[in-house]
Amino acid sequence: MTTTTPAFDEMTADGLFRGPYAEIARWLAATPREALERRRHEAELLFKRIGITFAVYGEGGDPERLIPFDIIPRILARAEWESLSRGLVQRVKALNLFLLDIYGAQEILKAGRIPAALIRQNEAFRPEMKGFVPPGGVYTHVAGIDVVRTGTNDFWVLEDNCRTPSGVSYMLEGREAMLRLFPGLCAAHHVAPVSHYPEELLETLKSVAPPNCPGAPRVAILTPGSYNSAYYEHCFLADEMGVEVLEGPDLVVENDVVYMRTTTGPQRVDVIYRRIDDDYLDPKVFRPESVLGVPGLMAAYKAGNVALANAPGAGIADDKAIYPYVPEMVRFYLGEEPLLANVPTYLCEREDDRAYVLDHLDELVVKLTHGSGGYGMLVGPHSTAEQRAEFAARIKAKPAEYIAQPTLALSTVPTLVEKGIAPRHVDLRPFVLCGKEVRIVPGGLTRVALREGSLVVNSSQGGGTKDTWVLEDDPADVPRVPATSSQSQGQSQC
Amino acid sequence: MLSRTADSLYWLGRYMERAGNNARGLQVTLRMASLTGAVDRRNNAWRALLTVSGAAPGFATTGQELTQDAVVRYLAAEAKNPSSIRSCIEAARSNARAVRTALTVDMWEAVNETWSESRRSTDDTFTPDHLPAFLDWVKSRTVLFNGAYADTMLRDEAWSFVRLGTMVERADNTARVLDVHHHALMGAEEGGTLAHFQWQAILRSVSALRAYHWVYHARLDPQRIAELLILRPELPRSMVACYARIEETLDGIATLHGGRRGEAHRLAGEMHARLRFGRIGDIMEGGLHEFLTATVNRNLELGRQIQGFYLQA
Repeated sequence: MTTTTPAFDEMTADGLFRGPYAEIARWLAATPREALERRRHEAELLFKRIGITFAVYGEGGDPERLIPFDIIPRILARAEWESLSRGLVQRVKALNLFLLDIYGAQEILKAGRIPAALIRQNEAFRPEMKGFVPPGGVYTHVAGIDVVRTGTNDFWVLEDNCRTPSGVSYMLEGREAMLRLFPGLCAAHHVAPVSHYPEELLETLKSVAPPNCPGAPRVAILTPGSYNSAYYEHCFLADEMGVEVLEGPDLVVENDVVYMRTTTGPQRVDVIYRRIDDDYLDPKVFRPESVLGVPGLMAAYKAGNVALANAPGAGIADDKAIYPYVPEMVRFYLGEEPLLANVPTYLCEREDDRAYVLDHLDELVVKLTHGSGGYGMLVGPHSTAEQRAEFAARIKAKPAEYIAQPTLALSTVPTLVEKGIAPRHVDLRPFVLCGKEVRIVPGGLTRVALREGSLVVNSSQGGGTKDTWVLEDDPADVPRVPATSSQSQGQSQC
Repeated sequence: MLSRTADSLYWLGRYMERAGNNARGLQVTLRMASLTGAVDRRNNAWRALLTVSGAAPGFATTGQELTQDAVVRYLAAEAKNPSSIRSCIEAARSNARAVRTALTVDMWEAVNETWSESRRSTDDTFTPDHLPAFLDWVKSRTVLFNGAYADTMLRDEAWSFVRLGTMVERADNTARVLDVHHHALMGAEEGGTLAHFQWQAILRSVSALRAYHWVYHARLDPQRIAELLILRPELPRSMVACYARIEETLDGIATLHGGRRGEAHRLAGEMHARLRFGRIGDIMEGGLHEFLTATVNRNLELGRQIQGFYLQA
């Protein structure tokens, strides 16, 4: 077991109550534990009633589960958010330019800034998209950038999600729940609103209508169906935007035009926000056995009769083997220095990196290059010798399937757990919308690892969520008065 | 509206109505069994209930002996019976979930809470001591659902398809209840305790016992019972009342669609006209069973036409 440096606690670091949390600290000290427990229970009932669930299959029990919601918000001051969001805008612009280039002239490969082999051998690269420019030149219209924090000004991008990132419904419903449960606490802060996200999304989607769109673009969401883990979110967004939620069989393609089947006959669809993976989009182009997709959809797309968001092939930009090169993309396409740092990443297929990884398994986090959801991951400092031996064998057998990163001491935020209020590690997924312009609603989804000491925040691995508040001001730090602080803060469990 | 959405709304209406009808059927049969158990040694009442619910062939495949307990479990709880109360609730909820955005919050909650509660039912729920409470609960939940959509939905296409589902299912149920008991209504036996119980049971199955007395102010009489359930527009579960709603609803949808009509509209109009202008004497003379069988078949055809015209377009 290695010791890591104590995590940065967003409320109590530096021996103070940090400005954004000053009011929360007062509130926590003044509110009895039972009152908090009661509110937490109410929040749970609220989420249950709305039916906001995610599905986990193959583990027995009820497949429709609630993601635990923690009632203590995670707070960023205006200045913190402004600098973070500048970095996000810059990064997503670069990712989109990279996608446009990689399916076009591939200048970045020619310039030798990214090894061509990484693209050639990559399953996330879709040769079907070569030479095609999506409407508006945008590939990733909705990007979820996972950011972690280790210090006052130290934000790191852990990974980019350029395909179909989910979680935005939790961001929106979490805020609604907080406004209902704690109107006073909310009013005591200048919290930037998030509820306009669906409008921003609709504007973004309309702004990338295809060239042959006959009039005002008709937007729709394409879902794999009610058994998908994010189905609630698909319906929620459709409802908020006032558009239809479609399943593959609702759509039919005739003469390269996409229609939905309605009670009054076929109606044209112009922009599809699809929440189906590339593989299942169109059985004529991708997996032939897919029943979720729409035969002929890609031909309609190529003919300029429909827009798809996000564009097929966008996954090459968030591939973990490509990730180490994102700062290079920023420099190459924008001629700027990256504002947001990458976490140092070792690609196990590189011989030097592999040797280092195998020597330092007890310090590193090892991830599947193409995996997601926190599955198939080794957290070195929390692993057993046996697990490390197993991963070492796997890495040696298939080095290209693994990457490794140092174990970061993710920042902690006070969280209501069994034993009371305790610090728990968090990350942040802001949602960046990219159409004619780039838009971000302030904040994002904060995920929290509810297990003591755990660094894995994925909902499939026992993670919860918190409402994320971006303040419209920068409150000053206040000294901690030991007598009023009834919480056990500041101890890292690592 | 998406055809798939219309389909889910229509079946949501049908399954919720079916759950309620099954609960009524079970309640009535349970009552009859406790009154006539000593006489009814062949469990005819339970046999008849299986027939009304269209579940007789399914039950036969289970190979179980026809007992009260077996029928109750098959009609209330059996997952393999697609029309058992629990299956109906499950199906209603999955249809509702598929079109979550087309429902009002009140409707969704009515369905969703019914579903989560019904999943908590255990073997014990279906024992004679606990069954009545369960059946009452199912009835109250379907009434809540009907109220929720009557009270909160916009009078648009979505509402029309839920209502269409409710009414098609209800018309079908009333015809079946009558048909299964047509012997009791056509038989020579004048009165007789068993027949009287059966007449009461028919009326209770469609929640119309009190209504009968309000309408006729007279003793139970088979011809009047048939008239009430077939031809009296003031009874909300009578066939004519259901068909009036069906025709009206289909017309409403056609108006929303700029007058687009099909065979379903013609059939509904024809059925409504027959019921509206029909006379009970003529129906009894021509044979109640023949009339009801023809009605059930036309109802099936109507369902097929609605399906083809709107739901799988």
